[in-house]
Amino acid sequence: MSEVKNILLVGVGGQGTILASKILSEGLSQAGYDVKMSEIHGMSQRGGNVSTQIRFGEKVYSPIVGKGEADVIVAFEKMEALRWIEYLKKDGRMVINDFEIPSVPIQQGIAKYPEGILDELVHKARISVFKAGDIAAELGNSKTMNIVLLGALIKAMDIPGIDWEEVIRANVKKGFEEINIKAFRAGAEQV
Amino acid sequence: MRQLMTGNEAVARGAYEAGLTFASAYPGTPSTEILENIVQYKEDIYCEWAPNEKVALEAAIGASIAGARSMAAMKHVGVNVAADPLFTFAYTGVTGGFVLVSADDPGMHSSQNEQDNRNYATAARVLMLEPSNSQEAKDFMKLGLELSEQFDTPVMLRMTTRICHSKSLVELADRVEKTLVPYEKKINKYVATPANGKVMRRKLIDRLKAMEEYSNTAAINAAEYNGTKIGVISSGVAYQYAREVFGEDASYLKLGMTFPMPMEAIREFASKVEKLYVIEEMDPYIENHLKMAGIECIGKEIIPEMDELNTDIVRKAVFGISTETVTAEKEAVVRPPTLCAGCPHRGFFYSLRKKRDIIITGDIGCYTLGSAAPLSAMDTCICMGGSISAGHGAAQALKKNGSDLKVVAVIGDSTFFHTGINSLMDVVYNKSNCVSVILDNRITGMTGHQENPGTGFTLMGDPATEVDIPMLCKAIGVKGDNIYIVNPLDLKETDAALTDALSKDEPTVIIAKWPCILKKFSDKDKEEFDLSRKWCEIDQEKCRKCKACVKTGCPAIFSGAQITIDKEACTGCSVCRQVCPFDAIQEVK
Repeated sequence: MSEVKNILLVGVGGQGTILASKILSEGLSQAGYDVKMSEIHGMSQRGGNVSTQIRFGEKVYSPIVGKGEADVIVAFEKMEALRWIEYLKKDGRMVINDFEIPSVPIQQGIAKYPEGILDELVHKARISVFKAGDIAAELGNSKTMNIVLLGALIKAMDIPGIDWEEVIRANVKKGFEEINIKAFRAGAEQV
Repeated sequence: MRQLMTGNEAVARGAYEAGLTFASAYPGTPSTEILENIVQYKEDIYCEWAPNEKVALEAAIGASIAGARSMAAMKHVGVNVAADPLFTFAYTGVTGGFVLVSADDPGMHSSQNEQDNRNYATAARVLMLEPSNSQEAKDFMKLGLELSEQFDTPVMLRMTTRICHSKSLVELADRVEKTLVPYEKKINKYVATPANGKVMRRKLIDRLKAMEEYSNTAAINAAEYNGTKIGVISSGVAYQYAREVFGEDASYLKLGMTFPMPMEAIREFASKVEKLYVIEEMDPYIENHLKMAGIECIGKEIIPEMDELNTDIVRKAVFGISTETVTAEKEAVVRPPTLCAGCPHRGFFYSLRKKRDIIITGDIGCYTLGSAAPLSAMDTCICMGGSISAGHGAAQALKKNGSDLKVVAVIGDSTFFHTGINSLMDVVYNKSNCVSVILDNRITGMTGHQENPGTGFTLMGDPATEVDIPMLCKAIGVKGDNIYIVNPLDLKETDAALTDALSKDEPTVIIAKWPCILKKFSDKDKEEFDLSRKWCEIDQEKCRKCKACVKTGCPAIFSGAQITIDKEACTGCSVCRQVCPFDAIQEVK
């Protein structure tokens, strides 16, 4: 099974993880890989955390990634990086969006948003941290934050031979192709 | 053409390719997207949301009897609701092929229990297929319809969350039209009187034998022989975990058809391997079949019988190996789901939680989140439609035993149509003083905004007659004076209705009517409700940080050094403004 690669996209409902993982899995399947993608629906729209798992290779059996098995994890939110770190492979890579979304217990002052997440994680694994939201806003559309992160992820995955910009064109809303491609390129520069 | 599809999309596609023309369902995670995908084929397939799963199944039975290929889809607990017709349908058999999709939820991602519906196939004696990826979900849907016609039986397609919601590659084919079987009167076949039933019962025994014969030689139950040291029997998504963990050296008997079980094929497989494992999620379903037949195997003594499996769990159970992980000392704070900013339920639960000496019986929907802190305004949640009947029973028992406690039952609009109406009849007919509250947010919320008999539209997008809830309550026998229609975001109005209803010793109904804030508003919604964009702001000079607004549990309110409202998230529902004792919150338009 060594040739099967495991990717995790984790975040909070509404951050656009679903579109990013759709583009990723479409690109991989067009390139001829066997692909499985798994997500948990249900309560994400009501403030819960969301995760999408993508596995690809010559032949993929399990649709889900086990602990210690992810080659790359992209955390769309900082605390989610902490939540999912144990899924990372010992020599895996993590891309973290330096962005905080407090959960309800934190908002209500019952719990505190953990401090020093990045300081701790940076010693644990190969980690790239940047503010994807700011990059997207500078490009002119803060909603492309997910594509900035996708750009970083694909660079970190290092898979040659896929025209990702073409896949993005085919999968984003009409009229938003160019801004998304800019976002994708800007993300790739971050890792 | 190969396409990445979820299992649910693939089931819909399979139904389309197989020439099916009738599909009915009640939404429920993880099954909902099956009908949401079938609607794209509405030119060819008539499809509908039924008020509940029993109705959905009965409607599909009718379509089969009428000669059409038909299906019903539901979550695992929905099959409990539909079990009555299912068991007798197994006796009568079909005319047009019929498949019941049961979507189980191991691990309870979005369910109240994790029952294993494979047991239904054995209990009702219906043929069962278990796909293990999206391609099989499509193929088995088609095969199921064929086998249904071949063996004159309903077929259960048993899915689980990871099959429903995982995407994998599917090869598409064209639709093959299936003409309606011309109608013939078959009283002996379809009228299940005791006399006819006895004949049907005997036929069912013969049918089981024929189905088992098929199961033993079916291509979907074929063995993959590799080494002889280890053999693995598995089905569904558990096969995928097993196949990955045991690798290329083990031999496999992957069961695509798990009722009737292919006992001869299993016996043959077992005889060819030294050590036999059964890897399955939840109940020892396959394992029990083996043990009853005296076939030795290793199963639930090492594989957990609750929760989902995955490769980690199977690897650790079988080989004692754990994958090395990266760990952190800090802990992430939980991110529980919560009622949305602007949710009409928040106003209602805020009012309700202030009432003393009451028991609140709850139900299944977004509003079950009213049980979470800081609202904590719900004491029970059992099943769809259970709130009003449990409330009635509690109210009568309390009264009989001289208790002063009163009962408020809380149910959503879609859940009320599902099975709550019968419960309200119990309240009225048997005269309890249970206060029944219908939270009418004009849509089926939790499962992602499906139309229902109260919304004015069908699944296929056609305008429909709306159930008039107040009229319905009156028809059931609730007195006009005892029916309150309130805006749940108006706390005074809601509180007054609750106070008045709780003071009465007879059946009362409060209809809390305001659309779900995430809903795509209809023209009628826009006409009926003020849905203009507003938001609330806190005047920091007036704010004394008493946190009354925080206690509404609104996710747009942040409690730090200052209490603030996120303008983007706020919808201007004004519940916080109404609870502020210092008049520090203003509405901005």
